[in-house]
Amino acid sequence: MTQSLILSTLTKTYQGVPALRDVSLSVAPGERVALLGHNGAGKSTMMKIILGLIGHDSGTVEVLGGAPGSAGAREGTAYLPENVAFHPALTGLEQMRHYLRLRGEPVGTAMDLLARVGLADAARRRIGTYSKGMRQRVGLAQALIGRPRLLVLDEPTSGLDPVSRRDFYELLDGLAAEGASILLSSHALTEVEARTDRLVILSGGVVVTQGALTDLRRQADLPVMLHVTPRDGARDDLAAALPQGRMNGTGVHLHCAQDDKLATLRRITGLGDMVSDIDVIPPSLEAIYSHFSRRDGQ
Amino acid sequence: MRRILATAATEFRISLRNRWVTVAVAMMAVFALVLSAAGSAPTGALGADRLSVTVASLTSLAVYLVPLVALLMSFDGVAGEVERGTLPLLLTYPVTRPEILIGKLLAHVAVLTLAVGAGYAIAAVAAVTVDARAAQGLPALWRLMWSSLLLGAVFLCLGYALSALSRRPAGAAGLAIGLWLGMIVLYDLGLLAAVVADGGGWFTTDLFPWLLLANPADAFRLFNLAASEATAAAAGIAGAANAIPAHHALISILLWPLLALAAAVVAFRKVTP
Ligand SMILES: Nc1ncnc2c1ncn2[C@@H]1O[C@H](COP(=O)(O)OP(=O)(O)OP(=O)(O)O)[C@@H](O)[C@H]1O
Ligand SMILES: [Mg+2]
Repeated sequence: MTQSLILSTLTKTYQGVPALRDVSLSVAPGERVALLGHNGAGKSTMMKIILGLIGHDSGTVEVLGGAPGSAGAREGTAYLPENVAFHPALTGLEQMRHYLRLRGEPVGTAMDLLARVGLADAARRRIGTYSKGMRQRVGLAQALIGRPRLLVLDEPTSGLDPVSRRDFYELLDGLAAEGASILLSSHALTEVEARTDRLVILSGGVVVTQGALTDLRRQADLPVMLHVTPRDGARDDLAAALPQGRMNGTGVHLHCAQDDKLATLRRITGLGDMVSDIDVIPPSLEAIYSHFSRRDGQ
Repeated sequence: MRRILATAATEFRISLRNRWVTVAVAMMAVFALVLSAAGSAPTGALGADRLSVTVASLTSLAVYLVPLVALLMSFDGVAGEVERGTLPLLLTYPVTRPEILIGKLLAHVAVLTLAVGAGYAIAAVAAVTVDARAAQGLPALWRLMWSSLLLGAVFLCLGYALSALSRRPAGAAGLAIGLWLGMIVLYDLGLLAAVVADGGGWFTTDLFPWLLLANPADAFRLFNLAASEATAAAAGIAGAANAIPAHHALISILLWPLLALAAAVVAFRKVTP
């Protein structure tokens, strides 16, 4: 299958300050890719290059088989900028109709699109009176116009309440199921973990790693945490049996390497009566993210 | 074309909401009324009909007001989008930069049409009610109308160009005021001073007419006054340039909007969102 988006050895420098270095990345139709990285990592810069808003110094970018910013690429690409803004004097409905006309889509669908992002009631009010989250939703609504084949969304869930976030990811699932490619950036790790196919971690303008979460977890090889709860009265015995752990209020806490996990569990279950429960806590997404993000960059 | 019209419709709506339409119409109407009231003395001595005289005074008024209103509407055209942060998203849509500018231009020319039309209509009605022969002046009024819109288009486009060059509304406003002062006020003063200093020499006979034609506001004035029977009512610089044929002035006022639009497109292309 041909890729919707291909970046290879992309490099961008802002007046001598490097923003992206040797970035290679591709996104297939139907794939949801999350771009993660610290503030200033180059996420927004990469998106602007993909959209043809700014140029790049070297490397190649291919968007829907064309050059970034070419007529064909623009037809099929939807964008949600980082701090999306609209003219405050227009109503949500007027703004949507304008965008629909620019894309040559039927104007009658404006209300449906606004309803899909929960703005039906506010559609006839001026955008100047909207809250931040409501403006963000207008931004999402315009990105849904005309079945885009590639969606580039810069922090799409910033300013959205938890319910709207969930609704938003459901919209994305629907789009991806229809074959749209999605590249989104986010700082909210837990939501992208469950809702995207692949994570790309950018640090200081360099892609430090990319892959599905399970791959990243394996690569990072961070220790697993075990929490062992003793039976009533077996507290001290358990602490003595697991000297490498640390006793806290409710039980023994211990770390072990991924490879040792099964052996350690076997040993604990071998303690028999002393143990009432075991919790296995895999490394958190934050821990994996900081592991990669710190390696270079900051 | 569809995208140009969509842009124009939205921009016109924004002008309505911003009260630009109201302000521009009210401004032109008030000045036209004042002018009609001030010029209501008998004109028998001049031999021209009332409306032709009115057109001559409206021409002098339009030279100042139309560029001013046009610049006031356009200085925000690109810089405002940059400042609001609406430009990056707009530029990812399948619409080209010239299409965006032409759309804005159509909307703003429509606003100018309303304003200029209202003002001139008031003056015409005032003239016709006091002088039965005034209908003779209607062709002159019509000519004034469309040439005013061309003049307006020139300054709208120059306003977009300045807006794109400065990228900040405050800076663009300053540049627009400077442009208005330079092209409308100082240019003529400079020419007058040069003509006086030259004392009828090579500058006055050879260069001066071309310098008048090179400025769209002077070309506009020349075109309307040369064609009008009431040239006698016109003061100042136009009298010195009677030698210039009206069709030269016409070429200038037809070429200028295209040049200004090209300048605006070039400036807008340089804006990175
Ligand atoms: N117009 C610009 N001129 C100069 N430097 C810039 C410009 N835009 C971005 N940069 C620099 O490029 C680097 C990457 O910025 P970018 O906006 O892509 O970061 P980001 O990953 O989107 O960060 P955030 O999470 O804060 O949105 C930063 O060091 C930034 O200072
Ligand atoms: Mg960013």
